[in-house]
Amino acid sequence: MSDVSFVRKEMLPEKAPPASEVGVLGWIRHNLFSSWLNSILTLISLFFIYYVLSNILSWTFESVWNANSLSECREIMMATWGDTHGHACWGVIKDRWLQLLYGFYPPYPAHPDATWSNPPETGSWPAYFRPNLTFVLLLVAIAPVLFPKAPRKLLYVTAAYPFLLPWLMWGGSIWGPLMVAAGFVIGYIAYKLVISAVGSLTALILAIVLPLLWWLFAAGPVAGAINSAIPLGIEPVQSRDFGGFMLAILLGVVAIGVSLPIGIVLALGRQSDLLIVKYLCVGFIEFIRGVPLITLLFVASLLLNLFLPPGTNFDIILRVMIMMTLFSAAYMAEVIRGGLAALPRGQYEGADSLGLNYWQAQRLIIMPQALKISIPGIVSTFIGIFKDTTLVSIIGLFDVIGLTNGIRADTAWNGVYWELFAFIGVLFFVVCFSMSRYSMYLERKLQTGHR
Amino acid sequence: MKKSVILGVATIAGLAAGAAAAGTVDDVKARGKLNCGVATGVPGFASPDANGEWQGFDVAVCRAVAAAVLDDPSAVEFIPTTGKTRFTALASGEIDMLARNTTWTFSRDVDLKFEFVGINYYDGQGFMVPKALGVSSAKELDGATVCIQTGTTTELNLADFFRINNMSYEPVPIETNAEAQQQYLAGACDVYTTDASGLAATRATFENAGDHVILPEIISKEPLGPLVRHGDHEWGDVVRWTLNALIAAEEMGVTSANIDEMSAGTDNPEVNRLLGSEGTLGEMLGLDATWAQRAIKAGGNYGEVFAKNIGEETPIGLARGLNAQWTDGGLLYSPPFR
Repeated sequence: MSDVSFVRKEMLPEKAPPASEVGVLGWIRHNLFSSWLNSILTLISLFFIYYVLSNILSWTFESVWNANSLSECREIMMATWGDTHGHACWGVIKDRWLQLLYGFYPPYPAHPDATWSNPPETGSWPAYFRPNLTFVLLLVAIAPVLFPKAPRKLLYVTAAYPFLLPWLMWGGSIWGPLMVAAGFVIGYIAYKLVISAVGSLTALILAIVLPLLWWLFAAGPVAGAINSAIPLGIEPVQSRDFGGFMLAILLGVVAIGVSLPIGIVLALGRQSDLLIVKYLCVGFIEFIRGVPLITLLFVASLLLNLFLPPGTNFDIILRVMIMMTLFSAAYMAEVIRGGLAALPRGQYEGADSLGLNYWQAQRLIIMPQALKISIPGIVSTFIGIFKDTTLVSIIGLFDVIGLTNGIRADTAWNGVYWELFAFIGVLFFVVCFSMSRYSMYLERKLQTGHR
Repeated sequence: MKKSVILGVATIAGLAAGAAAAGTVDDVKARGKLNCGVATGVPGFASPDANGEWQGFDVAVCRAVAAAVLDDPSAVEFIPTTGKTRFTALASGEIDMLARNTTWTFSRDVDLKFEFVGINYYDGQGFMVPKALGVSSAKELDGATVCIQTGTTTELNLADFFRINNMSYEPVPIETNAEAQQQYLAGACDVYTTDASGLAATRATFENAGDHVILPEIISKEPLGPLVRHGDHEWGDVVRWTLNALIAAEEMGVTSANIDEMSAGTDNPEVNRLLGSEGTLGEMLGLDATWAQRAIKAGGNYGEVFAKNIGEETPIGLARGLNAQWTDGGLLYSPPFR
């Protein structure tokens, strides 16, 4: 037997994969040109992207910033490029950006004659200090809710924020918000005092009725009395002066913040065994979901005016806030009900077997899971209601969309469209995209591997 | 927080209900502010400037009334209203008067229970076409596509006009004036029709305004004027005669430049009565003697207000036309101050 081996004994050294299979080239080959159909689609897409971008980018950047009117913009364009098409006139944004952001909110509420370009000499807060502070406090207040790493002490800010927000934005005496806050304290104390003496249901009813009585009959006079003794307040600002993107954020924050708890209660009510509670919730949800938001806004702005006694001055922004909150609460309730329905029956039974009462079970076992399931739906509702705030322009409020109309009515800017809407689009995109990214972060964080 | 506002609102409502019986003049004086309904934005007639100050031809009426009643042309709370919300806002008392290019019609006056106190602008529906179309009269528009705002009286007027002249047209329905401008410029329609003042304002924004013509035919009457609620005649009188004071001032040659000199007393007794140096007209109105002086000083007489906001020197460039004094062949005719 000769020593012939048919099998290679030593390993060949590893070779680098062919250049066409790895790196950028390989990726392109596999993903963009894997077949002739894909190649054609790639080429068409590339051409399309190039076409869109070349137009948009040149429009955006080959543009005029320093102009005081549309005609001046056009003159500059003619002088620079010899053509007025395909060039943005950002002068309108430069001229009106403050208005688009803050509406007619006075930059210095304590000095009604001062303007942005003509600030008061001394002794005043920076321009737009109050709305800016409110916004910064909003970020501080939601930080502990959104991020577990934020210091827990910030929760005090969160608790105070619902009272700080209206005070800072509308101004006036500080005693009003404080007296409203006192209502919650009264309810809490009543609950704690009574719960040991009588049943929890009586205590609960008392904890709701007492604050209501306080708010309806006592809070106003008491706040007035204290204010006349110790006047402490800031310059009030009319609701009519609210506008711009600030109004969208204000309406959005209130609708989002209030609709989530109401939605949870409604969702629980809809699943409740108590007949009246159940049908009240079902009726509310179905009614609100059955009418378009714009109808509700018209009711807020027109019908209420006719029903209320003449001369009644029921703040228009408050009316809109209530309607938007109710609207989003109805949707929120259904989203959360979906989360509740997805929970296996065993979770409820497990809670019962641990001897938890209804609220404990909801708080410790049911809701954490149901809410986690509903996160995408909840955030969608948030984003939806935030974008819906622009509908208020139809009832004559000057939100960003309403302002575009007002700005176009100025003879200097009549005829400007795309620049304004592009600016507004960017504003909304930033906020909505952040919300969407946060919800993805939250989903990843809460992922516990049930699937 | 909401409860407190509702509470405050309820208190205010109680107070206001008590005060409402006293009449709008007293309400306005007690409040120290005039609540004036204006448009959310009509070029030349009402628009907020970069500082949030309202400017325009309709706005000037509000300021004149505020000056007459409150001695301060800036004591006005401008309440922007849309075509849908304007009448409810007035009927519910949210605003004291409405100065929002509103056409005076029978049903608005009688059925909706408002009182038009006068006419501050005589408008009418017109047509705009590109010059390239080679049309010189609206009678030649047979078969044209027409951009038309839906749900307005202009839509009905258009149908009437084409029917009377036995012509056909194809409507291109649009929602807002802004959309109309875009559609018209993009060539979606041959003709754009709306009020002539609106056409002029629209045309002024075009890059090549000279390529478009406004046809001579005016096919409808659109008398625009301020209005108040039925029933409060004292208040109606104040607004009516403030507007008349502006018109009469132009007729008598009282301008913001010479008003100080003329209010000292002139040879013309009617000027003296208007400006308060003679007679007791202001007292009859429930105001003081110099009410009309202040109204005129707020923005000048009618002619000055017109020239400043929509006149031929402005980008909107409207000629006086029907809105000239009756002595100049127009329709402006203030009843005598006597």
